[in-house]
This record gives sequence, structure tokens and C-alpha cells, in this order.
Amino acid sequence: MNRFLQRSLLSGPPLLYLLVFFLLPTLIMVVVSFGWPGEQGGLAPLWLRDAQGFHLDLTLDNYADFVSTTLYLRLLAKSFWYAVLTTLICLVMAYPLAMLIAKSDKRHRNLMVLLVILPFWSNFLIRVYAWMIILGPQAGLSQALNGVLALFGWGPVSLLFSPFAVLVGLVYVHLPFMILPLYANLEKHDPGLMDAARDLGANRWQCFWRVTFPLSLPGVLAGSALVFIPALGAFAVPDILGGTGGIMIGNVIKMQFLEARDWPFGSTLSIVLTLFALGVTGIAAWLVRRRGGSYV
Amino acid sequence: MALLEIQNVTRRFGNFEAVHDVGLEVEAGEFFTLLGPSGCGKTTLLRMIAGFDAPDAGRIFLNGQDLVATPPEKRPLHTIFQNYALFPHLTVADNIAFPMRMAKLGERAIAEKVKQILDEVRLSEMGGRYPADLSGGQKQRVAIARALVDRPHLLLLDEPLAALDLKLREQMQIELINLQREVGITFIYVTHDQGEALALSHRIAVMDAGKVMQVGRPEDIYEFPANRFVADFIGVCNLLEASVTAAEPDALTLDIPPLGKVGAYSPQSLPVGRHGVLALRPEKVRIDSQIVAAPQENHFSGTVRALIYMGDITMYHVEITCDGASGLTIKALLPNSQARGASFFEVGDRVEIAWRYDAGRFVYE
Repeated sequence: MNRFLQRSLLSGPPLLYLLVFFLLPTLIMVVVSFGWPGEQGGLAPLWLRDAQGFHLDLTLDNYADFVSTTLYLRLLAKSFWYAVLTTLICLVMAYPLAMLIAKSDKRHRNLMVLLVILPFWSNFLIRVYAWMIILGPQAGLSQALNGVLALFGWGPVSLLFSPFAVLVGLVYVHLPFMILPLYANLEKHDPGLMDAARDLGANRWQCFWRVTFPLSLPGVLAGSALVFIPALGAFAVPDILGGTGGIMIGNVIKMQFLEARDWPFGSTLSIVLTLFALGVTGIAAWLVRRRGGSYV
Repeated sequence: MALLEIQNVTRRFGNFEAVHDVGLEVEAGEFFTLLGPSGCGKTTLLRMIAGFDAPDAGRIFLNGQDLVATPPEKRPLHTIFQNYALFPHLTVADNIAFPMRMAKLGERAIAEKVKQILDEVRLSEMGGRYPADLSGGQKQRVAIARALVDRPHLLLLDEPLAALDLKLREQMQIELINLQREVGITFIYVTHDQGEALALSHRIAVMDAGKVMQVGRPEDIYEFPANRFVADFIGVCNLLEASVTAAEPDALTLDIPPLGKVGAYSPQSLPVGRHGVLALRPEKVRIDSQIVAAPQENHFSGTVRALIYMGDITMYHVEITCDGASGLTIKALLPNSQARGASFFEVGDRVEIAWRYDAGRFVYE
């Protein structure tokens, strides 16, 4: 009984927190996604009073709207590809770095991890706005690129407000979330396994693909989820760096809530996005587990 | 030509010389042990043979071929690591198949060999298990199977039994001896456990501070230690400070204060005045309440100061008292071979001890 009390006291508050501020809002969103928009925006009452008395006034119209045009599906697909590309680029960039940190001297490791999380010390929006300047037409990068292109008679291109800018921004923002779980995983690897693999005839390439990489799959999976899910729903980065053609599904959701004030449709898009993200990560985890055996 | 030749190998880490000018030869089919306290350089030497480390000076030949430039994956030898280093993400069968997959053998041949060696190490049912599901002894056998499956010329074993408990260790020792005899592959075995080294090896190289102190068969190392370190490190030994007072052919007279003149034996002639120690094994010292000294025997009387009962044997610490001199303690050992119950000399008992001239070994290095 005492132990039970102890456990409830320890895990109670965080559980309650998640319940009130995560599960409850999610459930509200689910309900709202079946509601009608209010006449002045927002949400119409879910209860209707008529001759028969009170009854629920719910609709599937929002979901019907979602599938009736290809616009939202196309936006979802586009967001999916942006998120996949962001995840892959982050993975390719983060892996060598995480390995470098994990293999370097213990004294230097903490400093290097600190450097990885250093960007978090300044505001997210400020950092994205900084990219606006870096990629802007007046900045050296654009000038140099267009200078080179001009030599071949090709017209000036804009780095800013392009899919390229969105990807750069997404990768930049999410890279630490890939590095940290990868590092945490790689740091625990027994260096003796590398010796054993080489001793048994594996060259460095085979050592990596046969031992290091399979053993790091849990880290790869965790990092990919931490990058893919927020990248899928990103709205600030495409807003600032993407221009008019760069919008993603997250921007549409934001517009539904803040500009169109159609809360039910915004909720519908959110729910669809959440289910989609859950589905993709679930399938990815299943695929990895099937290949990695019961170890992962 | 020896299978493995190590010539003048030196390895430094900064100012510390881990291995100093080591030369060794290991014959094909031998069970060869590198024995020494931790930090003596035995593991560094093993890692250089395996290729994980390179000597700063000297050369290592396998089958007459210089190994130093060969990366570990190209050396025709395998290592069994102290913690076994089994791949946790691979099943037992895939672990064992690993070296053959690296050698690009056909999957059918691999499956056959895996099955065969699993039978040999009595793990036929375990092929689908993961290393995390195995006991210490089973992991050990998987590591052995993985290292032997493609018949290397040489197997290096880095304290492979250190992690096992005593009973299992003894059982694995017997398995290792039998296995080595069956497969006929040369073993180089690293350990700090002198009992293990004596029990397993054909030959032993005793190492200390990066140097080889003595190489020889277990019985040579034990009976005829070449120097003070080996005498002290292997087994229990009385080390009596002594100097030579007379050296006849075969016969040696030593002065051991406060005992005085003691007869000893030396195969080589030594100069008078040479200082050293008489290394005398406790089991070579007779102890009784009364001893009639035989010719060619040193004879002293003393008092039991301590006894250590170890079940099969009892070790007596006898303080010698002769001509009023005292202070020197000699350890003597008696097997507890009485049919019913052991009987002991008690602390304080007067006893006499004796040992033959040729029972001890005078070492001066």
C-alpha cells in the first residue's frame, strides 16, 4: 500500500499533466472536427434544442470536404515528402557527427553536445528569420550563385521563398533532434564489438553496415520520429522561408484556425495529420523491427 | 620454422613501455600461455598479434609472413575476447556465420558448417537464440564456435574464463584442453591466473613490466623458476635471501642469515659472494615433531607461528630458532591425508623441518 502511494505520488502529477493538457485537448479536437463552424467563426454549439429537446448536432461534412478536393491531399503529400526529405538529410548529416562525438574523448564529448544544443539558446523564430537574411537576394550566397549562373546566361534565381529554402530551414531546425538520440545510442556501443567484427574478417565498411548501423537502429528510429513528426506539421518555417508556393499542411491548419476561423475544419485537418503521422511512424517502426529481428 | 615468431617487439604508450623487446616463438599445435600480473603487457602483445595495435619496433611473423602491415580482418587468426564480444543483434547461428559471410561463402555451406559446429559445442538447440538469452558458459561456447568455425591458423584467447564462476571455470578448462587437442589449432592464451596457466598450457611465457621473464613448460616454470619474480609469482614459495659462500661442481653452499650455512644445488657454477634468493616450495619442506636428517639435507628446528587449514592441505608458518637466532619464517605444507580427520601441529608447538639440498633453487636476478 505504501509502495502504491509512493508510486502514485511520483507518477501522478506528470500523468495528470498529460491528461489535462494533452489527452483532453486531443479529445476536444476529435469532437470539434465533427462540429459545425460558428456564424461568427469558431465553433457552433454542439447541442441543438428543438421540439424533441436537446440533441447532438454533429456532421461528417468536414471530412467530406477534406476528401472532396485534391487540394488538401496534395498538400498532405507535399508535406509528407518535405518531412521525409528533411528526415533523410538530417539522418545523413547527423550520423557522422553523432559518431564523431561518441568516439571522441570523454572530456570533449560534453562540450560537443553542448555545441549541438547551443542554437536552442536563441529564439526559434529569430533563427529562422536569420535564414531569411542568409538566403535573401542581397546576401553573398545569392549574389555569388547568380553571378556564376549569369556566366552561362542563366537568369537570376531566388534562393529565398523556394522549396529549397523550406528544406534548408526544416533541416536546420530539426538537426539536433536527430543528433542527440543517435549520439545517445552510439555512445553505448561496445568498442570491443568493432574489434570482434574486424577480427572475424569484416573490413571497416562491413563493420559499419553489419554491426554499427543495425545496433544503432533504435537511435535512428527515435531520431527519425523526432524529426519527421514535427517537420510534417511545420508551419513557421514554410511561412517565413517558403513564400506563397511553399505552404505545407501546417500552414493550412493555422489559416483555418486564425484566418478562416473555421475551427471544425482546422480540427479535421489536425486529426487527419495526426493519424497520418502515427500511421507512417508505425509502419516505419514495424518495417525496422521486422528486419532487425527481436533485438530492436 | 615456428608458426608464430615474435621478434624484438616493443610498444610504448607515451613514456610507458608496455612491451619491451619481446621475442617468442610458438610452434604449430601448441597451447601457449602468456602469464603475468595485470599491466605486464600480455594483452598489449596479444592485441599486436591480432592486429588491433601495431608494435613501435620489432616484427611478428605468422607462417613466415610478416604480419605487421596486414589489417586484422586479413590475418588468418581469431580472438576470443574476455567479454566474448558476441553481436547482440544477431542470433547464435548468425554470430557463428559471421566470419564465413565476411569470407563470402555460399549460404548452403555456411548453414551446414554452423549446424556442425553447434553440435560440436553442444548448442544444437540454441541457433535461433540471441546472446542476451544465454548463460555465461553458453556465450563462451558460442564465442569459441564463432572463432573456430573457419579453422584459423591461430586462436588468441584473452582471459576467456575470467568472467565465469569457479566451478564453471574448471569445467571450461577441461573443455578447452580437449577442444585444443581435437581441433589441433594453436592457442595463445592470456591470463593472470597462474593455476589456469599451469593447468592448460604446453608452454608458458611469464611476463612482468613488459618483459618476458621466463619461457618454459609448466613444470619447468614451477620447479625451476629462472628469477625471483617467477618464483614469487607462480605458486607459493619461500624466498630466502642468500649469498654464495662456496661453489663446488653441482654443490653450492649458501649463507642465509640467520640460519647460517645451507646446502643447495646449482646446475651452473656461480661466483662466491653472489647474492640472490633461495626459492623453496613449501611442499618440498618436510615438517614433523622430530626428523632424523638424511645426508644431503638441511635440518632446522623451530616453532609453529601460524597454520592455515585449506581443506586438502595445511600450510604451517614455522619460525626457525637455531643457535639463539630467530626471526626467519619458513612455510611448510602437509597434505591432510589421514584417513579420519586431520590432526595438526598447534601454534607454539616445537617442530623440526628439513629439505634436500636440491629441493630449492638459487636465483639471483
